[in-house]
Amino acid sequence: MAIADSVYERRSRLATTFSYLQRNPSLLFGGLLFFTLIGAALVAHVVYDTSLSQPLSVMPSQPPSAELPFGSDTQGRDLFASIARGTLLTLGIGLLAGSIGLTFGGALGFIAGFFGGWVDTVVKLFVDVLLTVPALLVLVIIASAVGELPPLGMALVIALLAWRRPARQIRAQVLILREAGFVKTARISGRGPFAIIFKEILPNLLPFLAASFTVAVSAAILASVGLEALGLGSQSVPTLGMTIFWMMNFSALMLGMWWWVLTPIAVLIILFVSLYLITAGLDELANPRLRRRA
Amino acid sequence: MSPAYVLRLVAMFVLVVYTAATLNFFLPRLIGKDPVAERIAAMAETGGGSVDIESLSQAYRARLGLDEPLWSQYLSYLGDIVRFDFGFSIANYPVTVNELIAQSLPWTIGLMLTATLIAFLIGSLLGALIVWPRASRIFSNLTPMIMVLGAVPFYLIGLLLIDLFAFRLGWFPIGGGYPIGARPAWSLDFAGDVLHHAALPALSIVLAAIGVWALQMRGMMVTVLGEDYVTFAEAKGVRPKRLFFRYGMRNAILPQLTTLALTFGQVVTGAVLVEVVFSYPGLGTLLFQSIGYSDFFVIQGVVFILVLTVAASMLIMDIVMPLLDPRLRK
Repeated sequence: MAIADSVYERRSRLATTFSYLQRNPSLLFGGLLFFTLIGAALVAHVVYDTSLSQPLSVMPSQPPSAELPFGSDTQGRDLFASIARGTLLTLGIGLLAGSIGLTFGGALGFIAGFFGGWVDTVVKLFVDVLLTVPALLVLVIIASAVGELPPLGMALVIALLAWRRPARQIRAQVLILREAGFVKTARISGRGPFAIIFKEILPNLLPFLAASFTVAVSAAILASVGLEALGLGSQSVPTLGMTIFWMMNFSALMLGMWWWVLTPIAVLIILFVSLYLITAGLDELANPRLRRRA
Repeated sequence: MSPAYVLRLVAMFVLVVYTAATLNFFLPRLIGKDPVAERIAAMAETGGGSVDIESLSQAYRARLGLDEPLWSQYLSYLGDIVRFDFGFSIANYPVTVNELIAQSLPWTIGLMLTATLIAFLIGSLLGALIVWPRASRIFSNLTPMIMVLGAVPFYLIGLLLIDLFAFRLGWFPIGGGYPIGARPAWSLDFAGDVLHHAALPALSIVLAAIGVWALQMRGMMVTVLGEDYVTFAEAKGVRPKRLFFRYGMRNAILPQLTTLALTFGQVVTGAVLVEVVFSYPGLGTLLFQSIGYSDFFVIQGVVFILVLTVAASMLIMDIVMPLLDPRLRK
């Protein structure tokens, strides 16, 4: 009986998820696009020699061919290997910086929104002031003082400012939920603040947090690629931003090397569009009232 | 609009600029490296050529007061910032940072203002037409394309435009602000050259930014068109064109203006990279070159001017908004 029940339940949950995805095409399509890209990069790491992403590995300046699927650059990097490694490196930077940003921002937002009072006033002012300062410019100052930033350093530098938006958004959500009926009931029934935050508010915010996370990841990738394109990344690592930097630095367009220009851009566009679609889908999941708008 | 409201906005502006200046001062010092000293040392090693290392070193020491305690350095730094004195460029000594910024600023402002305004107008109109029931279906079918453009960074679109319109078709120059060899002058010919060179950079900002405005306008327009006064106006027989512009867009566009100020910072940073891609002679390219030369004073100066621009435009928008929208007057 018990086994039959659990099988039935699992199947129905899978079916529910599937039928939900049919109603939420942006989440479905964005997810497919995202995981196809990551899957392709992972497969490339297994079946292809990604160490060819080092300079002087292959004949320089070759157009795409059977041996070099994406061609090579003027310094003899195999661009297929560079893009495969770069996709995972750049995504890694985004995920790490986004996670740190969401964790700190989320904690700050929860504390400010839940406890209110002067804590909230200070946090809100602090976040508002920092949000007005364009992040990329402050990052330029830090990165240019540090010098060349390897991926881990890049992620940490970006994380320094990645918490601002999550803090503000989550604070606003907590302010709304704090006044919700079920939270008031929990408070009256004598539950402590931590039980209320983790057992009552947090589970209800999960889709919203997921959407905040994809926004943070996307913003972190945007910042890292921007900093690298400006020449602030590490020259020994083939992140997507560095491929763009080299391509601009060696005037790939002037040399007519369209493959060097188009491949990193195509991958970045897929990455940004898929993250955007996933965010839109998660927003819909978090707030179904949006459905009426479209 | 009460004086207290204006005062609060000005206080916020001062706080933002002060925070940016303070970050500018402390962040490089927290990292513990002295990029300026390193840069000068590197130049001394390579001989430096035309650069007078000794006087540069002295100017640098005098400016930063390296022997003084940190708080006194900080105070004199704030004093310099207030007087817009950013010192000398290390790479182009004895040219001052201000001279470099003064050369680049008009290019950036010209490009940014025009592109932002065009994108705002087209984007808002497009967003409103997407949900206008009488508009052609073409507009609502454009939505996915607009979303894609909105999700892609400006400068990547710029690179694609260069590839297509400058290389393959040869319609536009590949970069720069005016033809190599032409002297900047107030002539019709030169103005034509400048427009020809500005077309592609402006187009890449416009294409990417249209998406942002259109999507927001779409949301606002749906809300406005659902209001009772619109239904009433329609029943009363107000002509569709008047209904669309006077009843619909006029009200839906107000929140857009707030966003215009809020996203201005993103537009500025996006435009910085667009300038780099097109080697447009504005602040973005200046910043890019200074990073290449580790010209730290110029980097600080450009960043500070850009932050100031963003903060000032937000202040102006916050003051103008209540004049445009009576609902915001308390």
